[in-house]
Amino acid sequence: MIPRHLVIGVAAMLVLVLSMSLYLRQMRRRAAELQATAADARPVAPPASGPTETVTLYVADDEAGILRPRSAQIPLPGGRQQRAEELLRALLGIYQQPGSPHPLAPAADIRSIYLVDPGVAVIDLNAPFADQHRSGILDEQLTVNSLVETLAVNVPGVRRVRILVEGRTRETLAGHADLTEFFDVTAVGQALAEKARQ
Amino acid sequence: MPFPATKKTLAALLSALLFLAAASSGDEKHLSVYSAVATYSLPVVDRAGREYVGLFELLEPLGRVSARVEGLHWKLRFNDADCDFAAGKTRAKIRGRDFDLPSSFLIENSRGLVPAGSLSSLLPRFLGTSVNFHESARRLFIGDVITHVTAQIDSTNPARLVLNFTGPVNPTISTEPGKLHMVFTRDPLVSPATQSLSFDNRTITQASYAETNGTAELTISGTAPLMATFSNNSRTITVAALSQSMQSAGGAPTGLPPGTSPPPTTENPPSTQSQVPPPIPPPLLTGSGRRFLVVVDPAHGGDERGAALNDKLAEKDVTLGFGRLLRHELDIRGLSVLLLRDADTTLTLDQRAAAANAARGVIYVALHAASQGSGARVYTALLPVEGPGNGAFHAWNGTQTPALPISQGIAAAIVSELLKQEIPAHATSASLRPLNNLSHAAVAVELAPGPNGVNELSSANYQQKAAAAIADAVASQRVALGAQP
Repeated sequence: MIPRHLVIGVAAMLVLVLSMSLYLRQMRRRAAELQATAADARPVAPPASGPTETVTLYVADDEAGILRPRSAQIPLPGGRQQRAEELLRALLGIYQQPGSPHPLAPAADIRSIYLVDPGVAVIDLNAPFADQHRSGILDEQLTVNSLVETLAVNVPGVRRVRILVEGRTRETLAGHADLTEFFDVTAVGQALAEKARQ
Repeated sequence: MPFPATKKTLAALLSALLFLAAASSGDEKHLSVYSAVATYSLPVVDRAGREYVGLFELLEPLGRVSARVEGLHWKLRFNDADCDFAAGKTRAKIRGRDFDLPSSFLIENSRGLVPAGSLSSLLPRFLGTSVNFHESARRLFIGDVITHVTAQIDSTNPARLVLNFTGPVNPTISTEPGKLHMVFTRDPLVSPATQSLSFDNRTITQASYAETNGTAELTISGTAPLMATFSNNSRTITVAALSQSMQSAGGAPTGLPPGTSPPPTTENPPSTQSQVPPPIPPPLLTGSGRRFLVVVDPAHGGDERGAALNDKLAEKDVTLGFGRLLRHELDIRGLSVLLLRDADTTLTLDQRAAAANAARGVIYVALHAASQGSGARVYTALLPVEGPGNGAFHAWNGTQTPALPISQGIAAAIVSELLKQEIPAHATSASLRPLNNLSHAAVAVELAPGPNGVNELSSANYQQKAAAAIADAVASQRVALGAQP
């Protein structure tokens, strides 16, 4: 005769197997749905519109350890906030191209930019921007400097910049660059000018 | 029950402070080791009337080493050699063969201690190379690393003593009335043919050699104040009376308190001599009498791994090894060092800043490592441009502001020394905590791969070069910072 505890054990395992297979089935369905959504290239929001302007993007160069000004022609909306977002997305586009001088993760994105008077800009990055950023003082500082300088030069009146990740304060970008404080646009500009003189 | 993180931190800091106190004790015995791979010193401890050294610490800079305790046995693996030592026994097994120690092997806190007297026969079993041990002076020469010196008096007016070395040297120089002392801590200098030479000269009368407790010392005696000048890429030291030297150097050194040595100068050389002055050991005492403490902070640690430099190498491990090497390099230059992290412990940025500020150090050096780029980067704090002052109150994140110009000077000096070691380097600023929280000079050094790629980051040789450059730069700032060792 089969002992009672063995029967209970086998029954419990069968229930577990059954529930696991149901869960797996559900997960597969969700994954298929997500894949279909990702493959859908139809626009969900209108593209940035406005006159095309020549702007200066400050592009990080890992090899040289500096920012290089690069002219770009991009359509810029009239509002300051949308203008700031388009600028940084254009910058991000450069970093996400193959052979970029300062590669960033393909999933990295600027969630939003808030311009708060007097003179404060808040850049909200998405989680992959920080989570998949390469760790190192130079790498992280180049990213920060590039965002701050591009914003400060092209959006008049920005004097201090704060960087958030998913709407929250994060200690560092990827282990080094401090994100708990405001970045002073003048100080960043002076540091870049000093570096350019070297 | 897990040991609380704060207690761990306190324990680590206490250990570091105790180590510092022990290291700064004048009575501590040292063993200096000279090899082609690294030059370093180790503490020597007395047990049952004999001197002992830690075998793991001795072998660590020379190759891959690991050790474990199994009961009374201490098993060591050095490169491809397996060894078995037993606590309280004199017989050990090295590469499968018996080896007899002159006295018992000891295990203390998982450290394996061997009698210092056994090193000349023990080490060749591991290294497969000749070892020359000056036991009474505690100086160990591994392989063919010895530097010889010859002395020649030049009696032409003005008289001078020319000391020619077979390799570059960098002694600490000090003077007392009628004597000039050169202490060689890092240089594998050995005795000339005779330990004392007398000269038939009225100004420079004698040169003598002595070695003790891991150092060698050359003492030049004379009837006038003497000073030394370097030339020939630090292979030649010329000793002459102070007034003559000052004339040749074009002016007198000023501002030196009595009893201190004028810094050695580089001669205005003919074309065969080096135009680059060697690292200059500054006077041992300065006017302010402030203690010169260097706080070395290997970044990350414990739960925080830092950057993944490759599949196996974590930034926290590289910075710890680099920090230990830098401590050693500073130590042999006679500087007091506080290593904030001497184990794989977690320290928050605020804890690091608080410990460094409380130690009242003169220079804080944070160490980082990165897999991108090459050479080294030296950072100072990126601080907001000064707004209106807040009187006597300082914001925690702007604590560095008054010291920033000094920090930038030190960063430039470190870059200069790194370039001399042929390590590409540049200085810049970064928003990197805790640099902005420190009340004294503070820099961060980020070591990037050398010409041989990321794996070089863990190479003792590469780290040693960088550490020596940083230590030279820091030592050169003693006078500027008005501090004493």
